[in-house]
Amino acid sequence: MSQGFRLENVGLINRNKNISFKFNGKKYYGYEGDTLASALLANGVHLVGRSFKYHRPRGFFGAGVDEPYAVVQLYRNGETEPNIKATEQELFEGLEAKSVNCWPSVNFDVGAINNFLKIFLPAGFYYKTFMWPKSFWYRIYEPFIRKAAGLGVASTKHDNERYEHKYEYCDLLITGSGPSGLASAYAAAKNGARVILAEDKPRFGGSLLTSDVNIGNQSGKDWADSIISELKEMSNVVVKNRSQIFGYYDHNMLVMSEKVSDHLPQTKKYHPNKRLWYIRAKEVLISSGSIERPIVFGNNDTPGVMLSSAAKEYLKIYGVLVGRNPLVFTNNDSGYETAIEFKKNGINPIVLDSRKNPDSEIIDEAKNFGIDIKFSYVVVAAQGYKKVKSADIASISEDKKQLGKIENIECDCICVSGFWTPTINLASQSGNKTKFKEDIDAFVPGTSKQNETTLGAANGIFSLEETLKTSLKAGNDLSKKITKKENKVSIPNVVEKKSSAHDKFWCVPLPKGKNYKRFLDFQNDVAVSDVEIALREGYRSIEHVKRYTTLGMATDQGKTSNLNGLQLVSEIENKVVPAVGHTTFRPPYTPISIGAIVGREVGKHSKPTRKSPMHSWHEKNNAVFVDAGVWLRPRYYKRGDENLFEASKREAKNVRKNVGVCDVTTLGKIDIKGPDAAEFLNRVYTNAWLKLPVGKARYGVMLREDGIVMDDGTTTRISENHYHMTTTTAQAANVLSHLEYYLQLVWPELNVNVVSTTEQWAGAAIAGPKSRDLLKKLFPQEDVSKEGLPFMGYKEGDLFGIKARIFRISFSGELAYEVNVESDNGNFMWEKIIELGEEFKIQPYGTEALSTLRIEMGHVAGSELDGRTIPYDNALEGLVSKKKDFIGKRSLQRVAFVAEDRQRIVGVVPLDKKTSIPEGSHLVKDSNAPLPNPKLGYISASCWSVEHDNPFSLAILKNGKNMIGEKLFVMSPLKNKVIPVEIVSSHYVDPKGERVRS
Amino acid sequence: MLHIKCPHCGMRSQNEFSYGGDASIKRPNLNKEISDQDWDNFVYNRKSLRGKHWELWQHLSGCRQWIKVERDTATHEIYYTLKADEDIL
Repeated sequence: MSQGFRLENVGLINRNKNISFKFNGKKYYGYEGDTLASALLANGVHLVGRSFKYHRPRGFFGAGVDEPYAVVQLYRNGETEPNIKATEQELFEGLEAKSVNCWPSVNFDVGAINNFLKIFLPAGFYYKTFMWPKSFWYRIYEPFIRKAAGLGVASTKHDNERYEHKYEYCDLLITGSGPSGLASAYAAAKNGARVILAEDKPRFGGSLLTSDVNIGNQSGKDWADSIISELKEMSNVVVKNRSQIFGYYDHNMLVMSEKVSDHLPQTKKYHPNKRLWYIRAKEVLISSGSIERPIVFGNNDTPGVMLSSAAKEYLKIYGVLVGRNPLVFTNNDSGYETAIEFKKNGINPIVLDSRKNPDSEIIDEAKNFGIDIKFSYVVVAAQGYKKVKSADIASISEDKKQLGKIENIECDCICVSGFWTPTINLASQSGNKTKFKEDIDAFVPGTSKQNETTLGAANGIFSLEETLKTSLKAGNDLSKKITKKENKVSIPNVVEKKSSAHDKFWCVPLPKGKNYKRFLDFQNDVAVSDVEIALREGYRSIEHVKRYTTLGMATDQGKTSNLNGLQLVSEIENKVVPAVGHTTFRPPYTPISIGAIVGREVGKHSKPTRKSPMHSWHEKNNAVFVDAGVWLRPRYYKRGDENLFEASKREAKNVRKNVGVCDVTTLGKIDIKGPDAAEFLNRVYTNAWLKLPVGKARYGVMLREDGIVMDDGTTTRISENHYHMTTTTAQAANVLSHLEYYLQLVWPELNVNVVSTTEQWAGAAIAGPKSRDLLKKLFPQEDVSKEGLPFMGYKEGDLFGIKARIFRISFSGELAYEVNVESDNGNFMWEKIIELGEEFKIQPYGTEALSTLRIEMGHVAGSELDGRTIPYDNALEGLVSKKKDFIGKRSLQRVAFVAEDRQRIVGVVPLDKKTSIPEGSHLVKDSNAPLPNPKLGYISASCWSVEHDNPFSLAILKNGKNMIGEKLFVMSPLKNKVIPVEIVSSHYVDPKGERVRS
Repeated sequence: MLHIKCPHCGMRSQNEFSYGGDASIKRPNLNKEISDQDWDNFVYNRKSLRGKHWELWQHLSGCRQWIKVERDTATHEIYYTLKADEDIL
């Protein structure tokens, strides 16, 4: 096994555990504790991908969340996931990854021809080139661009991983476990506050893991370890690694994605892949640190050019050398820290410092180590194609405009440091108006909007001592306010090297005659020249420049590119950076799996499933179910090879001829009690309710205030002050809220109580000419004769020892009853009905037959009461009281609602009596009229009339009242059908309603 | 997600509530003559305010009470919550 770039005895990886993995089909080895990036670098692999637009070779640029290049397609346990950052993906046994955006291979990429065509691919190229002809866009341009662009490939298979959601509350939420996070968490925890400390990396400690400092006679790392182990022991503290706080929302709610299983070869049984935490915090402490920013120079995207902090991290955490002949290019002291680490491990770096004569403890130390330092020197361009081979360097004038003579020096990597950018994303998302801090050339949080405090490097404080001091104080002060306890922690003694000011220098000028690409945004291939073009073409707002050039728009969201882009715009525009402003920071901070956002609400769990007490009987009797709102209802009961059409016809016919039974448990039921119940119903329904006697039911229609029908149903007076209301299945919840609204807010003086009893009652509709005979068998002690229980009558009965409610109501238009029993007895009732109904040839019927029966009777349902119709449209104007006022009455006077040719329900029959009519079709006068053909109405519901044995539909038709007998056409462009039809009465069967009263 | 203080139940997350519109709208009395314009204003016309706004919410998955909430429509800050029978400030 060859890990030629791995150092011995350096790093925090577990060398006792070898891990094998595959990259682009080739097998490599790393150690436990590696990331994919560190393991590849240990094996000397620098070429990992091709760039987005020009397909230039791409290596590693960072070591964590900021990585713009090393985005791979990951294969794990038979699944694949795109856009995984190799710098974040922990190594596990059997890991497989592939490069993206290259074909046929990362070493030989055909798309790289774009690199030579780059003068033809400037900013806005796509907008300018693919404008016309317009018809080419969908067929030619877009498919081609889609194929050529993009990073990874999403899996087309079902995701078998499980994702969970968790809700949590805490006093202090602390994002990041670097020095500021640890100090504030420790102080708050000591005061007894409920603390959540979230770290996105696998290891706690942040910058303390790589910096050369001492805290209270311990190394920074040892101090971090001791604090973390103490925090983990405390019951009031939750410490989470691999957990990214990615969004800051209203009222101090933050969302965290915890990677539970991504670092394992496969997810453990009963474990989720990821867990999304919704955390409501009283106070949020943002200690998200800072990200090093690059200095822009020629070919600065060549593999081997990387952030100096990343080189240091690979060395100190993973024991990996990113090169044996490194060049460090810096404008501040951070580059020296990296150089010193190289030197300590026997490597001789060269440091180029753009500053003329800086002086600090760190520089002195570097000098003492004998490191070769060139001041007022810059890298002009990297040379090499798939890997840095050398660098063109030159001295630079003090005004940073003139380059000296260009020399070429050999090197195998260029570690670049252009100072630090505070990570202000969360603060900005919270609504904090950020401000520009001149001395660090970057934005920091300004005045807090929510309860959030930003600490340490994220707040532009780069001194460790200062960070610890302010963070301990913040943690103490904020927790003290909540817990009313103070247990002060003393500030440890800090040993750190003082650094000197950085150089406000971010971009190396082009030497005369050279036209190197100088990249700002490495993931989206946005170069200095692209931003220049955008400004030349008149784009001024930074938001527009961003969208035109795609600067900062990729999956890394410009973590390394935004500030340099702003610097460039400010320079060209001759404005200061704060006047240019930054683009809006939006969640998520890093890409989040869609699966994690969805959580457990997938497939049948995307909504609750409600089943009636008779569900298992339906299952045993071959019911085919249909979703009705959240309920599962039998659509039909399959016999032999029957299809839906045949079965529903058989069931409906049997109701018309013998008797059928239908599970109507799903109907909404609302119990209404109180001395003012009658008055309340009188205001809610359009018809009169004050004189309904006890033991009687009445059909009612309720409107919204705008006059549109909201719902219909029967309400029964059970006793003097007690009513039982039914609603349609779909509207049950809305009707209850509607009633509560009027009782609580509009008419609080009415003494009425409403409560949902939908689940408390199981219901069976028994319908058909033989239903009375069956009822006599079911309730032998009760008088259920025509006179004893007339149409719309109600009585309570004893069903073989069980209390039952018997309603004589009908939806099918036949002689019919509805029997309700307490839910627990539902199945008993149902089986009794089936058993005793045998001699009357009873058959259960489903929703399809139910629809057929109501459609041919012209009874309206949800498809007519669709939120667009008034009572008149449904031929229900007879139920609208002229005498009393009710909800929505005044709206019925609207001009359109009283128009002579107002739409109205009609029946529709095809002239050939054969062709079925698709629901949703339009009715027109002339099928050959030029488009748009004037629409006269629409088909609301269709069935096969079992009474007439031909298709029949209901329609809402303009001037429907006067259209009976007219010949029109039904047009369905979707089904490509034109059907000549005749308009008939909506009451296609038993127009006088004799059967229900029989 | 908003955090709303139900006057009956205490602080609860927004997903327990449903929004009910402008709380300052008073339904005209029953059986009273009303002009087209006044009725139109009651049914349809609402101000789309930027800033403080008294609105109705129902604690649907809680006590089922309708409550009145003063919220800033731009910042989502919530200033007061009241019971259904309390008059807005």
